[in-house]
Amino acid sequence: MKRALAATIVAALMSAGAARSEDAPPQDVKIADMAVKASLTGTPGSPEEGAKTLANRSLGNCLACHAVQALSDEQFHGNVGPPLDGVADRWSVEQLRAIVVDSKQALNDESMMPGFYTLNVGKNVRKNLVGKTILTAQQVEDVVAYLATLKE
Amino acid sequence: MNRRLFAAHSALLLIVASITGKAVLADPVDDSLQIDGTEIITRAPAPEGLPFDQVLSGWLFREAETRATEADSFANPGMLAVERGAEIWNTVEGTMGKSCASCHQDAAKTMKDVGAHYPKWDAASGKPLNVELRINKCRVDNMGAEPYKFDDPNQLALTSYIKHQSLGTPVGIDLSQGQMQSWWDRGKELYYTRTGQLNLACASCHEGATGKYIRADHLSQGQVNGFPTYRFNTAGMVSLHNRFRGCIRDTRAEMPAAFSDELMALEVYVTWRGTGLSVETPSVRQ
Ligand code: HEC
Ligand code: HEC
Ligand code: HEC
Repeated sequence: MKRALAATIVAALMSAGAARSEDAPPQDVKIADMAVKASLTGTPGSPEEGAKTLANRSLGNCLACHAVQALSDEQFHGNVGPPLDGVADRWSVEQLRAIVVDSKQALNDESMMPGFYTLNVGKNVRKNLVGKTILTAQQVEDVVAYLATLKE
Repeated sequence: MNRRLFAAHSALLLIVASITGKAVLADPVDDSLQIDGTEIITRAPAPEGLPFDQVLSGWLFREAETRATEADSFANPGMLAVERGAEIWNTVEGTMGKSCASCHQDAAKTMKDVGAHYPKWDAASGKPLNVELRINKCRVDNMGAEPYKFDDPNQLALTSYIKHQSLGTPVGIDLSQGQMQSWWDRGKELYYTRTGQLNLACASCHEGATGKYIRADHLSQGQVNGFPTYRFNTAGMVSLHNRFRGCIRDTRAEMPAAFSDELMALEVYVTWRGTGLSVETPSVRQ
């Protein structure tokens, strides 16, 4: 039990944790022509992990604002933003990456959608989150890989 | 987003709605509220300067069961706090041997409609006071008692009791007194300032997204006319500054202290945004 707990904690630290050295730091990620061309990590994203991150309330929590039919097992999909079904028909992978990184730069500067890999955030950020992004670079790649599967 | 995409989205929303059996495109209900024979104004013309026509009570956004609980004061668990408040009203406390009733007698008469016009300017402290702070001032100055700490159950009860004496009365505060206008200005600025790692302002959720669902929550205009509120979630009374702090916490920002200048400014401004709505205390929310 103790060991299992320790393993869980280590896993949690690794996933939520410090950016790995090969990751692009958020301030170096440039959005040009509504797109982020290069992978943030160089490691291909995992759509399975991406689906989990997207649904997880303390990570992406994307379902707070978006419905996704493929995830109808998850309760309570919000409708503040458009449904994500078919989103890969509407946007390229590079554009989806830009939207997830910082929708205020990618879509419109009034967007209600949080920027998941940017330090351009609101005032009075909770102290333990200052200088941190909502998702890690790899989590962004995973979410983008999952979004890329949403075709109609 | 172009028009066609938007139409496609709307169609999809309807499909999702029929799959999940939940009304996804829900608007505020078309329903009216009476409590103990008192007509409650849940829709009022918006005060000039707001970007919409009507101010709407949060009651209109809640589920049928929650609405029914508020409409029936025997079923409303918040009425227990009001009854507890009546007991405190008559209880002697402090070094001066007085109760609230010693000076204010029958609250049904002396406190009638008082809560509907708070926050009020207080010249002595050079600040606006809300009902909680006004109670504390009387406890300290007029009773020789300790001020209540934030969210002391007795503070919640007595505040609910005093606000309940305004049941049905339209909210309206006097911005011409003292520096009220500059507190309103500051509150407005805070209302539109995005905070926290999630980078959201009050207006993002309660102005731009009213009527939409964020997860399971049907977003209202974030009106204050029902506070303190009974919440099913926590099975207890929730004060206004507790609610403010919760909403700010959810943006992943540091929370200002209860009764801080920031939250008092916000209370002045947000109360103004609900001008004309009836006091509903104790309202029922999920
Ligand atoms: C607080 C609400 C909110 C959250 C949380 C949120 N979004 Fe969004 N999202 C929006 C809104 C609103 C739009 C519509 C565009 C705009 O106005 O910004 C949008 C647009 C999008 C779009 C473009 C959709 C299209 O068809 O044009 C994608 C893709 C997207 N979001 C993905 C995500 C992902 C992935 C997450 C989680 C990592 C997420 N969103 C979390 C509110 C949100
Ligand atoms: C010794 C007499 C005394 C006692 C005891 C007393 N008050 Fe007061 N209270 C006053 C006076 C005097 C005022 C008016 C002060 C003013 O005009 O600013 C007042 C004002 C108020 C007001 C504001 C009324 C308005 O119209 O804005 C409220 C609310 C109030 N008291 C509540 C209470 C409560 C609750 C208690 C018990 C905890 C209490 N008071 C105990 C003397 C008292
Ligand atoms: C992320 C979205 C979000 C933000 C930002 C937000 N709130 Fe809320 N707020 C909610 C939700 C969800 C509820 C519960 C459902 C409802 O009434 O909208 C709520 C409820 C409220 C209520 C209670 C309404 C009632 O009828 O009981 C008040 C008052 C309120 N918010 C004020 C504020 C203020 C002031 C701010 C800015 C400091 C703010 N909110 C920011 C989501 C938000």
